[in-house]
Amino acid sequence: MSDASDIEYKAADWLQRRQFWSWSDEDQKALDAWLAESSAHRVAFLRLKAGYAQTERLVALRNSKPERDRRIRTRWIHAAAVLIAACAIGASATFFIAKPESVTYSTPVGGRQTLTLADGTRIELNTDTTLKLNKSRATRSVTLVKGEAYFQVQHDAQRPFVVETAGHTVTDLGTKFTVHTERDRVEVRLVEGQARLDAVDTAKPQPSMLLKPGDVAIATANAMSVKRESMSKLADDLGWRRGLIVFHDTTLADAAEKLNRYNTNKLEVDRTAAKLKINGTFRADDAQTFAQMARDVFGLRITATSDNTRLSR
Amino acid sequence: MAEAPDTNRGNANRDAEMTASPVEDWFVREVLPLEAALMQFLQHNWRNKADIADLRQDVYTQVFDAAQKSIPENTRAFVFQTARNLLINRLKREHIVPIEAVADVEALNAAIETPGPERSTIARDELRRLQAALDRLPPRCREAVILGRIEGLSGREIASRMGITEQAVSHHLIAGVRALVNEVFGEDRKRPQ
Repeated sequence: MSDASDIEYKAADWLQRRQFWSWSDEDQKALDAWLAESSAHRVAFLRLKAGYAQTERLVALRNSKPERDRRIRTRWIHAAAVLIAACAIGASATFFIAKPESVTYSTPVGGRQTLTLADGTRIELNTDTTLKLNKSRATRSVTLVKGEAYFQVQHDAQRPFVVETAGHTVTDLGTKFTVHTERDRVEVRLVEGQARLDAVDTAKPQPSMLLKPGDVAIATANAMSVKRESMSKLADDLGWRRGLIVFHDTTLADAAEKLNRYNTNKLEVDRTAAKLKINGTFRADDAQTFAQMARDVFGLRITATSDNTRLSR
Repeated sequence: MAEAPDTNRGNANRDAEMTASPVEDWFVREVLPLEAALMQFLQHNWRNKADIADLRQDVYTQVFDAAQKSIPENTRAFVFQTARNLLINRLKREHIVPIEAVADVEALNAAIETPGPERSTIARDELRRLQAALDRLPPRCREAVILGRIEGLSGREIASRMGITEQAVSHHLIAGVRALVNEVFGEDRKRPQ
């Protein structure tokens, strides 16, 4: 902050305190003392006072108030959502894969990439993701080394499409699905069609799991489980394909963790603010806007450095 | 900050309590209305936009100090001469002296004499512009300003109405006052609405 900006901030603080809060003789003395300190202080205060006096005509808006007041609370979420949707134009690049045996594709934190295979299968890589295409005549397979990808597979019963990841395989049976791998944990979300989830290199053999639309399978080295999600929740989960993250009653701590997958400047939420809940749709790669909104909504404080942004009470 | 009973219209009567000196009168009446033109001059002639607020403040302070000795007859010429000298001194002091910047300052000498875009403070569209400025505020900030400035609630009432801390209310009001005053003096006039 520049000197002038500091002074103006202080002057605005005096002005609002005098205008909107209790004001004692001591307060007035303190203000007089501050003004006497320098002409810069006096000039800044004079300017704000004179300017503020001229905003008096805003009072004319008072008639149209009642419903506007109530609207204001909810309106920003809508406005934000519209803005975000407008900003999030599909930035997808298309690649036609020629004839390599194995090619590796990686996206950086915050990055996204779309691959279109020769057979028409479409793969969308989310943030911080590495995927290896293994091509052979007999099978079609990819290895998800880390991260998350959406698969829209051209089904071919003769040559099934297989995603290998963290000790598991997902075999397409005519499908759209996502696979998200973090360390040894694999999450598969089935959007359309069917797929089969198998554990490979198993110490103890586990049965295959057949996934239907809405199924979210979570597999680790030792266990597989599946839960059913509504299609609208599933669509929200896939918001990243348009660069968006959708929050429903999500705590700030969880939201920060989600956003941090997409941003190098990490969001930290102090425990005093961690439990606050938010709703809304945000650009995945814009944690700053999220932080500012959280600040405005909850009256939090932002402390920013070059590698993190901290939200606290 | 909020122990005393709340008054409904804020503390509107307090505007009168600081008796203004002739210099303060002059400053408010003649210097502040030049702000839009002054900002334009500074923006055209100084590359680092981050310095503009500092420069404006320096111009005001110097003009104000000089006027304590005697109030200048031609306020406009005096303000722009001060601004010009300030820019030249800064350039010299910072040893950067981008040649075109100096040339620009010299060239704008002429502009000082011609009537500029300073504005009548009773412009017809004043209310519309203020409203637009209000709409550009961040939502919670806007809500606090509406409750305070338009509805006439005290800080404490705003806090309870919005369900936020008094500190947060102050924070919003500070930001709101600064933004609206910039609008009043025309700095933000050219922004799209």
